[in-house]
Amino acid sequence: MSQTSKQYCTFFVNGQFFGVEVLNVQEVLRYQQMTCVPLAPPTVQGLINLRGQIVTAIDLRRRLDLPARPDDQLPMNVVVRSDDGAISLLVDEIGDVVELNDEGFEHPPETLRGVARELIKGVYQLKDRLLLVLDTERTVNLSGGAALGNEQNN
Amino acid sequence: MAINNEALQQQLIKDLLIESFEGLDHFDREMLALEKGEGKPETLNIVFRVIHTIKGTAGCIGLGKIESVAHVGENLLSLLRDGKLKTNPPMIAALLEYSDSLKEMLHSLEQTGQQGDKDYSLLLAKLKALQTEEPAAETKLPAADSGWGLFEDEVPAAVPASAPIPAIPAAAKPLSPEKIPLTEVPSQRAAASVSDTAIRVDVAQLDKLMNLVGELVLARNQIVQFTGESKEPTLLNASQRLNIITTELQESVMKTRMQPIGNVWAKYPRIVRDVAHELGKEIKLIMEGQETELDRTIIEAIKDPLTHIVRNSIDHGIEKPEARIAAGKPAEGLLILRAFHEGGQVNIEIMDDGQGINTARVKQKALEKSLITPEQASRITDREVFNLIFLPGFSTADKITNVSGRGVGMDVVKTNIEKIGGSVDVLSQLGQGTTLKIKIPLTLAIIPALIVTSRSERFAIPQVNLLELVRLEGELARKGIEELYGAPVYRLRGQLLPLVYLNREFKLEHSGTEKTATDVQIVVLQADGRQFGMVVDEINDTEEIVVKPLGKQLKGISCFAGATIMGDGRVALILDVLGLAQHAKVIAEVRDRSLTDKSKNVDRASQKQSFLVFDAGQNSRMAIPLSAVARLEEFPRKMIERSGGQEVVQYRGDILPLIQVSDYLANGGNATSTADPLQVVVYSELGRSVGLVVGKISDIVEEVLTVKRDVKREGIAGSAVIQDKVTDLLDVPGIIRAADPTFYRPNQENV
Repeated sequence: MSQTSKQYCTFFVNGQFFGVEVLNVQEVLRYQQMTCVPLAPPTVQGLINLRGQIVTAIDLRRRLDLPARPDDQLPMNVVVRSDDGAISLLVDEIGDVVELNDEGFEHPPETLRGVARELIKGVYQLKDRLLLVLDTERTVNLSGGAALGNEQNN
Repeated sequence: MAINNEALQQQLIKDLLIESFEGLDHFDREMLALEKGEGKPETLNIVFRVIHTIKGTAGCIGLGKIESVAHVGENLLSLLRDGKLKTNPPMIAALLEYSDSLKEMLHSLEQTGQQGDKDYSLLLAKLKALQTEEPAAETKLPAADSGWGLFEDEVPAAVPASAPIPAIPAAAKPLSPEKIPLTEVPSQRAAASVSDTAIRVDVAQLDKLMNLVGELVLARNQIVQFTGESKEPTLLNASQRLNIITTELQESVMKTRMQPIGNVWAKYPRIVRDVAHELGKEIKLIMEGQETELDRTIIEAIKDPLTHIVRNSIDHGIEKPEARIAAGKPAEGLLILRAFHEGGQVNIEIMDDGQGINTARVKQKALEKSLITPEQASRITDREVFNLIFLPGFSTADKITNVSGRGVGMDVVKTNIEKIGGSVDVLSQLGQGTTLKIKIPLTLAIIPALIVTSRSERFAIPQVNLLELVRLEGELARKGIEELYGAPVYRLRGQLLPLVYLNREFKLEHSGTEKTATDVQIVVLQADGRQFGMVVDEINDTEEIVVKPLGKQLKGISCFAGATIMGDGRVALILDVLGLAQHAKVIAEVRDRSLTDKSKNVDRASQKQSFLVFDAGQNSRMAIPLSAVARLEEFPRKMIERSGGQEVVQYRGDILPLIQVSDYLANGGNATSTADPLQVVVYSELGRSVGLVVGKISDIVEEVLTVKRDVKREGIAGSAVIQDKVTDLLDVPGIIRAADPTFYRPNQENV
């Protein structure tokens, strides 16, 4: 493989194919029991106990303004590292780890709107589908306008 | 005293040895790095600090020789650190030699208790010379023994090289063994050196260890539960052993963070002696419970406040021997420090048998400094007076000594103790002495908490905030909770307790699985000196919980202090009672609910007064000072009996005369309350009680009182604006006198 490639941990949210850089991912877990946090922003689904560490779980469907997950479908946890420690992203299903050449990386189209514009770093054209690359730092940052899907200050 | 001082000295020396050996090893390493040109910018800072600490500590415990030797090197290092000098090989060699000489003295101290009689003047001269020299002129040294006093304290920063002396080719031999027998280890050194039996561990490392143990405990719980169903003896044995070992491990790890309070107290014999000496007092110090253990972080936090209190007791509390003898007390004053565990907290008491707090003088001082108004001064209780000493800017010392009395202190003491979740209380008897009681949590990382459930969600409430639990059953569950303009309240022993429904505050939904409880569970909480009740579905148990912080996504929610992991591995949120009270607006709306614990709010109380506001009929809003209210009661009409032409009820095994307040108001003759049950304010004085029947109790408010005295009506003491409404103040003594002229006659038994 060439020097300029990156590995991505991929997953599905509402049928769409997303990826985060594997270096940002601490681990992937199946569904964990959660304690919900009253008065918390709606994107925060709850708290999980990750081997004694308390980790906030963010529902990616809500974060990305996608329709809510059906009740009978249990989310999986993609635990990412952030400046503020580990954070779990709740996704529908886990995909493979893929290695992609940086050349294939494209910026998101201008027509992308809403919160997705803020959180999606770029797109890879795969053979059968598109891979949307998430900016993990922005995704876990719920402060400011980003949480509401408005503009976000860098 | 002598024995104490001996032990203290030993302890201090031991600490110095551990610290210094370690520091000097570090020093050597850094020096070698510098020599190789690998020094980092902070290197010089590090080595400077090492030496500075050794010098400071040695000086404190009277090790003059070590101090003076360290001092010379410190001067050189400070020049290096400030960039005024550059290091060069001879300088490093000299500094290493210097480090060795310090080690030598410390070794000697460790083995013989003496600092050794070796003469270091040559080395010191070299170091001093290096301070002034240009890096090139490294071989110049002043005369080795031209009066360089070892115990000289101040060394001018720029000592001129007094005379050229025989050059020492320092660069050639960084460590000249014939001059410095560096680590000559005497063969008689039988016991391992202290620095070999103790190590320093980063607290973060201990925290990590603690986390892991917490996890192990959870895993253990699951395994024990699982194997409990098994019949396999080997498995059962193994799981039992695992159980025991885990518990022991947990205790040991917790212990690593704990330190006996004696570590802080160790300094006190000396402080007490010195301060007493300075003030011409004789004081005997007794310390009890020195082995009481506290978390390290808490020990650090209480160090200064405690020292301040001790100094204060000596300065203000205990009198001079002559005064003591005149007062019929032994010339020697007694200062007792006592520490013990109680209810998951550590209690520290500082008792003296001195003159006690002179309430009159405290009041006078508080008046002079306008901390209270004359009216308040006439009204406040002794207990409240004692608490005035915690007000900022308060000091009764007639003259300011350098020990205490500058008016900074007790308020800082109180703030610091409250910062770590503790409380401080003062009791005093004039002429008998003063006792300060401090309560502090055992640790900040592990706290005792009450676990409650609301809509099948568990929450932990820190025990510190918990006052009591109230359970309303059957009839009471339906009728016990009343509403004041939609705000639920409960009458808790005559006090209106605002209620907060946890499920409503948190918008928790019915999951449908929990049983619909008919009983009402109220957790009475205290935050910022005010009380409120929290209604929950279920009260579970108290548990020791490990506090863990929440992620930044949730930092904005003031209702939670953190989270913890429960025995079953699930996460539970820890309530921040103050935050919750503010969120539920129980604190912002009703100003002050702390009826039983007013003393804690003296600073507020000194400007404001609490009133019970009620409706006396005919829409007249009346108020009486809360201090006049003993209890609030409710009596069904059918309980009223008559005795001697007066309405009475049987109350707590006694007969309580009832007074219809409206009967005694100038304009309220026909407005006698017809409400059932009767709302009664019980007023007690001189051991007797009377029930004032009022229309409807509406609220308790706290206001700054501006009475307009021009109102001259019967039964009314004046009018004031309370909560932006004109409110008449009831003349309670006047009404009682009118109703029962005998009430105020002392010692009259008529029931």
